[in-house]
Amino acid sequence: MTEKTSGDLRLTNVTKTYDTFTAVDQLDLVIPRGSFFALLGPSGCGKTTTLRMVAGLDQPTIGQIWIGDKDITDTKAYQRNVNTVFQNYALFPHLSIIDNVAFGLRRRKVSDHKAKAMEALELVQLAHIAKKKPGQLSGGMQQRVALARAIVNRPDVLLLDEPLGALDLKLRRQMQIELKVIQSEVGLTFVHVTHDQEEAMTMADTIAVMNGGRLEQVGDPATLYENPKSTFVANFLGQSNLLEATVKSRTGSIAELDVHGVSLRLPVDRLVNGASSVWLGVRPEKLRLVAAGSTNDGTGESNRLTGVVTDASFTGLATNYLVRLPWGQELMVVQQNDGTARVAAGAPVTLGWAPEHGFALDAKQDAHAGAQDQADDSGAA
Amino acid sequence: MIGPMVTGPMVTGPMVDPAQAALSEPRRTRFNFTPYLLLLPGMAWLVVFFVVPTLSLASQSLQTGNVETGYSLTWHFQTYGDALSRFWPHFARSIGFAGSATVLTLIFAYPLAYFIAQKVGRWKNFLLVLVIAPFFTSFLIRTLAWQTILTDNGPVAGLARSTHLTDLLQWVHLTNNDSLMNSRFAVICGLTYNFLPFMILPLYASLERLDHSLIEAAGDLYASPIQTFWKVTWPLSLPGVVGGTLLTFIPAAGDFINSRLLGNTQTVMIGQVIDSEFLRVQDYSTAAALSFVLMLIIVVIVAVYVRRAGTEELV
Repeated sequence: MTEKTSGDLRLTNVTKTYDTFTAVDQLDLVIPRGSFFALLGPSGCGKTTTLRMVAGLDQPTIGQIWIGDKDITDTKAYQRNVNTVFQNYALFPHLSIIDNVAFGLRRRKVSDHKAKAMEALELVQLAHIAKKKPGQLSGGMQQRVALARAIVNRPDVLLLDEPLGALDLKLRRQMQIELKVIQSEVGLTFVHVTHDQEEAMTMADTIAVMNGGRLEQVGDPATLYENPKSTFVANFLGQSNLLEATVKSRTGSIAELDVHGVSLRLPVDRLVNGASSVWLGVRPEKLRLVAAGSTNDGTGESNRLTGVVTDASFTGLATNYLVRLPWGQELMVVQQNDGTARVAAGAPVTLGWAPEHGFALDAKQDAHAGAQDQADDSGAA
Repeated sequence: MIGPMVTGPMVTGPMVDPAQAALSEPRRTRFNFTPYLLLLPGMAWLVVFFVVPTLSLASQSLQTGNVETGYSLTWHFQTYGDALSRFWPHFARSIGFAGSATVLTLIFAYPLAYFIAQKVGRWKNFLLVLVIAPFFTSFLIRTLAWQTILTDNGPVAGLARSTHLTDLLQWVHLTNNDSLMNSRFAVICGLTYNFLPFMILPLYASLERLDHSLIEAAGDLYASPIQTFWKVTWPLSLPGVVGGTLLTFIPAAGDFINSRLLGNTQTVMIGQVIDSEFLRVQDYSTAAALSFVLMLIIVVIVAVYVRRAGTEELV
């Protein structure tokens, strides 16, 4: 709607407290115009509160919310050029689908509201049910109507509050792709709140991971996954093996780390500045598993650990191993089913990985942060 | 389906599952009486206490005679014409009073029901009990209480005089003099008060079901609070509005207590007329005819109203 080149959504020092509970704590965030942005975190992390503050349904206790150079903190929800796709869709049951979609246009006295609403319905491929009532539609259709009802207003920011949460897995996958396509077609700023890390990674250009009302890390999905900055991110996005390590030396671009007497290597720029004790992290699928004593294939200059397989489960696509290291810690290993021989439980193995596949985290953090949250959420979904 | 159960000669053609056949067989032949048995007590009640009295009333309205000599059915339709020409002002007044009281109860009840349903949280049940609390005393006592409330030397009348409300009421012909009692105003007050809970409860029921996220969604889609009310809240509460207005209007139109205890000779309602035609004048035929006409008028008004409100769209 605005002619300005910069219509970024900015949150500066936004804090929301309820009595003694701080839902959102000093949040600073810039969401570039036209991006597909995901707010990811476990339930109770403050992501929905953040979204409601942007929508104008809740007021921040402190801080400002800006769209472009306009401070919208004190404007009411109905005065903001922001629309929401609610978790339960919140379609008006007494209005037909077309009237639902035209609701916002009517309030703004847009002249050709019927035609525009019809266009939006065509975008979500539901033009044929325009005359029906919401109660007559399936969950997936209602979801698309809710999306059309928000998109038709061409808001500066479109907020999606766990919009796919109520759909079954197959429909959810389909809608993820559809949403992404629609977003690139209409070019609006999408802010998508979700607890599903896979959903966030599939759809978003940029993900902000929230935990306990604070931002853990902001970045594109690949950066967050390959180079997490906290144990929470490392565990919440996918799975991580974290090894207790001390930095021995830094020579050139490579640092030497000591892990229970084994020397492992890591690029220096991955290291936390100045810290001598760190968590050395590596993703399960980056580990190459080879039966001990077999001819070494392709793990030439990589880090090496030896251990014993304690569990092997074949999933078809891959084999998931648990490997116990000499000091008792168990590492997760995912080996793609690419034809390499599978190893049975009890077999001694060598694990290898390239130094650049590792990452380092501040050792002061809890190694299990976020692991439980993710297990809970994926169980519920 | 071939299983160990199938024995004997080979069956050709489509196989019939013996278990299924056994299930579907009795379903076709046995008649299920249970629903009809459940209907029986209610139907019997309605026949004895509604259908029979209504027919007897209809027959009474077409009879001539008097209490001493007895009545005989003469198909005397003239009774209806006479009754209407004598008492049409009372019909009109009853509809007017009941209509006014219904509008007033709606105005008072709606904000209250909305507040209880959407805003008070855990105080909900306590406030609902307060709404019903007046029912613990009798209808008659509650109406008599209004005589005390509106009495000439009471604080309400004093306040009304000092704020010139009495002048305003007199100007719109709701009262005849400085007094609040024994006036149209008092009768409408009594009706409004007595039927208020019948309006609040259906409104509460429909507003309580109103999903708060719909109100948020309307705000999100640029509707101001006032627009949100008229475009979302009000249409979604219409079933409650229709239910409440019917529960208020129908009994109020036939009421005879409020007009007797709070009114004057100029505020006599049709219920009062029927009451006195039956019990004092003992003109049973006229009383029966008036009852029938009242019933007819109410049925017509309700039918038109429900059709206009379009409740079938709202379920």
